[in-house]
Amino acid sequence: MIPVQFDYLAPTSVEEALSALGQHGDDAKILAGGQSLLPVLRMRLNAPEVVIDLGGIASLRGIRDDGDAIVIGAMTTHHDVRDHALVKEHALLLSKAAAEVADSQIRHRGTFGGALAHADPAGDLGAPALALGAQFVIAGAGGTRTVEASDFFVDLFETAIGEDEILTEVRVPKHTGWGAHYEKFVRVAHQWPIVAIAATVKGSIDEARVGLTNMGSTPLRATATEQALAGATATGDGVRAAAELAAEGTNPPSDLNGAADYRQHLARVLTGRAVLKAAGV
Amino acid sequence: MTATQDRPAAEIGKDRRRKEDQRLITGRTRWTDNITLPGMLHLAMVRSPFAHATITSVDVEAAKASPNVVAVLSGKDFGDELGVCINAWPITPDQKTPGHSPMPADRVAFAGEIVAVVVARSAAEARDAAELVDVEYDEQPAVIGIKNALRDEVLAHPDLGTNKSALWVFDSAEAGTGSDVEAAIETARTDGILIEREYRQQRLIPAFMEPRSVVVDPTGEQITMWSATQIPHILRFALAATTGVPESKIRVIAPDVGGGFGGKLQTTPEEWIAWAVARRLSKPVKYTETRSESLMAAHHGRDQVQTLTLAADKEGNVTGFKVHLDADLGAYIAVVGGGVPVLGAFMFNAIYKFPSYRFECQTVLTNTTFTDAYRGAGRPEATYAIERIMDELATEVGVDPLEIRERNWIKHEEFPFTTVAGLEYDTGNYEAATAKAKESFGYDALRAEQKERRERGDRVQLGIGVSTFTEMCGLAPSRVLGSLDYGAGGWEHASVRMLATGKVEIVTGASAHGQGHETAFSQIVADRLGVPFEDVEVLHGDTQIAHKGLDTYGSRSLVVGGEALVKAVDKVIDKAKHLAAHLLEASEDDLEYKGGRFTVAGTDQGVAIQELATAAFAAHNYPEDMEPSIDAEATYDPVNFNYPHGTHLCAMEVDTETGAVKMRKYTCCDDIGTIINPLIVAGQIHGGLVQGIAQALWEEAVHDDAGTLVSGSFVDYLLPTAADTISFDVVHTDDPSIATTNTLGTKGVGEAGTIASTPAVVNAVVDAVRHLGVSDIQMPCTPERVWRAIHAGDGDAPTPETAMPHFREGALNQDEGAGQ
Ligand SMILES: Cc1cc2nc3c(=O)[nH]c(=O)nc-3n(C[C@H](O)[C@H](O)[C@H](O)COP(=O)(O)OP(=O)(O)OC[C@H]3O[C@@H](n4cnc5c(N)ncnc54)[C@H](O)[C@@H]3O)c2cc1C
Repeated sequence: MIPVQFDYLAPTSVEEALSALGQHGDDAKILAGGQSLLPVLRMRLNAPEVVIDLGGIASLRGIRDDGDAIVIGAMTTHHDVRDHALVKEHALLLSKAAAEVADSQIRHRGTFGGALAHADPAGDLGAPALALGAQFVIAGAGGTRTVEASDFFVDLFETAIGEDEILTEVRVPKHTGWGAHYEKFVRVAHQWPIVAIAATVKGSIDEARVGLTNMGSTPLRATATEQALAGATATGDGVRAAAELAAEGTNPPSDLNGAADYRQHLARVLTGRAVLKAAGV
Repeated sequence: MTATQDRPAAEIGKDRRRKEDQRLITGRTRWTDNITLPGMLHLAMVRSPFAHATITSVDVEAAKASPNVVAVLSGKDFGDELGVCINAWPITPDQKTPGHSPMPADRVAFAGEIVAVVVARSAAEARDAAELVDVEYDEQPAVIGIKNALRDEVLAHPDLGTNKSALWVFDSAEAGTGSDVEAAIETARTDGILIEREYRQQRLIPAFMEPRSVVVDPTGEQITMWSATQIPHILRFALAATTGVPESKIRVIAPDVGGGFGGKLQTTPEEWIAWAVARRLSKPVKYTETRSESLMAAHHGRDQVQTLTLAADKEGNVTGFKVHLDADLGAYIAVVGGGVPVLGAFMFNAIYKFPSYRFECQTVLTNTTFTDAYRGAGRPEATYAIERIMDELATEVGVDPLEIRERNWIKHEEFPFTTVAGLEYDTGNYEAATAKAKESFGYDALRAEQKERRERGDRVQLGIGVSTFTEMCGLAPSRVLGSLDYGAGGWEHASVRMLATGKVEIVTGASAHGQGHETAFSQIVADRLGVPFEDVEVLHGDTQIAHKGLDTYGSRSLVVGGEALVKAVDKVIDKAKHLAAHLLEASEDDLEYKGGRFTVAGTDQGVAIQELATAAFAAHNYPEDMEPSIDAEATYDPVNFNYPHGTHLCAMEVDTETGAVKMRKYTCCDDIGTIINPLIVAGQIHGGLVQGIAQALWEEAVHDDAGTLVSGSFVDYLLPTAADTISFDVVHTDDPSIATTNTLGTKGVGEAGTIASTPAVVNAVVDAVRHLGVSDIQMPCTPERVWRAIHAGDGDAPTPETAMPHFREGALNQDEGAGQ
């Protein structure tokens, strides 16, 4: 299907992009990998007059070491997040989750920043970012600000990024040596998760972080489970008991893939499995 | 002994790669949407968002004023020249058939029905303007779902007075093919085993890869329609019959067509509208649907409720089978509409010797997309019902499901066998196919593992599913079709053109859309005529070239079209022999034809078929009693259906904690007679299996109560990819049951995998958790349904909301009409 006609801008710097955004306001849309935006345009669910492509801004792409954190540029592709040595070493959970996004073609186009800005509650990267306590660097006309993960995800498809702002990079505190597993439950391989669990643990188990995908209108953390796991020994029974708390406070959707109560059941079962795998048990 | 075994079979049986694939796979070919004509205009359709509504007004002014719009037309702007969409198979004389206009002016009966068309200079401009057409509707109550339709409280078409379209009945006692099923049921009730079940065949969407597309050029001597269709010949006939244009003025071309699976066995409103617009404006036009339109408005398949009663004695010998189907036609009766479930009527008794049988099919109208053929058409439904219920019988008797089948099936020495449904099966060997499948599958080892897992109470349980299927294909003997009130025959036509340079063109009335006819037919001609494979060109799909034909569906192209081709080739050889005798100054009786050469017995004299082609072309020297041509054609009307069969075995693992299912092993042993090209056969089986497995596990078209298609994109209508399937174990019997009803001994394979695999998979899933109290799980067996079946004994938990709209944008421009 054919989108409504739009103008296309390809700025080469963040400043240029911001000024274009400032000029066109509501009528403009940012294009990253296009893997979510283009279907929206093609189905005519949105009809911006201007599309601002961030693809030409080199500074938005890449992953670097920044002391106690690694910094992932918004335009880094899922493929690169998955394979990057820094990610594997310091934020293994993100590498594992990126590997589960859609298929190879989409992973080569879709971007880390685009996925997080799109804020699909079924997206695979929100829960890991939340679990790892990522910080979101957002640039606007007045400079940049940093938003904690817990404040970034606002609602379905809604984040802290303002209309005239751009997500430039994401700082992920180092979780060096933490075990990790992303347990994605799907019916067919190329599907968004029905439910997914992002688990990362230090030792076996000193500390645990558990993020939940598609269990509410934003990514969630299974805090009750995390608390029950802290300091526990990673035995099957112990972990499963802690995982029984995973659905507390969740509000998952009901749809063709499963009713809310089934999703909550899945969250409990899969959290147990994910934590055990993360702990290497 | 068949003819093929008498000759050195250089080509038949060879794993030829498909010669058509390079262009098809790279897309550098003539898909309909790739065709561009000078001055061509583009169409966009305005579709009803409501399942049932009267049209109060259509305001086209804003759309007309949109840039580069040439015309905007709604139903009231057309007269008779628009024609009607036809139902070619009224299944009973009193069938209630709603009138089906390609573009109704007064009332829409399903969401997605076309109410107006925009014509513009580009497809983008047509699409933009379509959003400006302002249609006012008065929404009417819609009837959705078979059980609601049967209640007749809300009517899909109020003027018909009922949703019940037709009741078609076959009864073996009445037909004289068996005894009375009610008597068998009564006996079983008191002194045997009676199994009553209701199974659901969910609605499916054919989901061919190439969306439908049509181009119409009215500027030549003939009006030409290119269409992504399976049925160019039927399409031409229907255009002539309904639009008042003489057939001789119509040329239909099915260029390269990217899959159909029955979904392009249709004469569509879109084709009729494009035809009418092109004629009205005297300009070429093109319409290509979007995927969303395709899912919503191209015909759907299956959608039945099956009420089954199986009667048996205590040992599990079946004494009678009674079948009542309620089948959802959707809003209109499509070209073969009600005929699809009727095609299953003869197949519920499958490979078995049932003494009594009754089949009833009640078709109903609802306010949903109309349904029609989908790969297997009628036979997958029948096979599912019988193969599921035979497993239930095995459980009841307490024997292995293969054992219960063997007690009831036709033994190989009993062929030819006339069934309780009145068909004569020519050949088959169920014992051999089953033995081979069992061995290859490792049946006993997997049964042992299943037992071990059960005893251990493993979280992951193993189930084994069986499907011993047969089907009737090779549609069809014309007289039989006539007796069923089908509107056409079932013959096929072929011709052979011997070119002056010795090359060969063959023309077939079959219309390939991905099957590989070009390769398989070339192999047949290469062997039979004795010419190199590379020298044979297969032409089809253009009514100017292939003027006669009945197209491709129902696993008919090889067994019917291939036989027509064989007969045409044999005529060429006969004519050539006469010419050869003349040129060699020998008696025809002394000539022997082998390897493309006539030789005079006992001499080294001879002449090649290519030389004879050249001689006929030059026509300098040929017999007085002969035309200077060795070309020939043949029309073949099959004498019987064609009955491939096979044993399919499937092992499924079920995670009892989540309900997730995983295929562990799939083995099929299909007996399809002579195999022309094993590679193509494997491709047909693989693709067929995946489609049948997908019905069992993934695919389901769901409408909500208002009649909106909830599974309206591939996010919600789940198609599998290679990542979701395993490597299948495809084997054949060592000594196949050669068909006796065609020269090559072939049996159809295009639908076999789809027909067989669905029950094998569901039987396996049920078998894995039967010890947990489960006896049925509704298709598709989603993890949620499996989990609920295990934990609540309730496999029927519909959750009709759409999945998360991953591409939704919360903000701008989201008006109601945008989703059209
Ligand atoms: C068939 C298919 C299957 C998929 N399956 C999955 C899956 O299983 N799991 C999964 O997680 N995802 C899946 N996706 C989505 C994929 O991950 C996308 O890549 C991602 O959602 C969006 O990233 P993008 O770079 O393509 O962004 P775009 O589509 O270009 O943009 C998405 C949105 O974010 C905004 N945006 C982008 N970048 C910025 C920025 N730097 N600052 C501010 N706003 C910005 C855009 O304006 C737009 O609104 C799938 C996509 C497809 C097409």
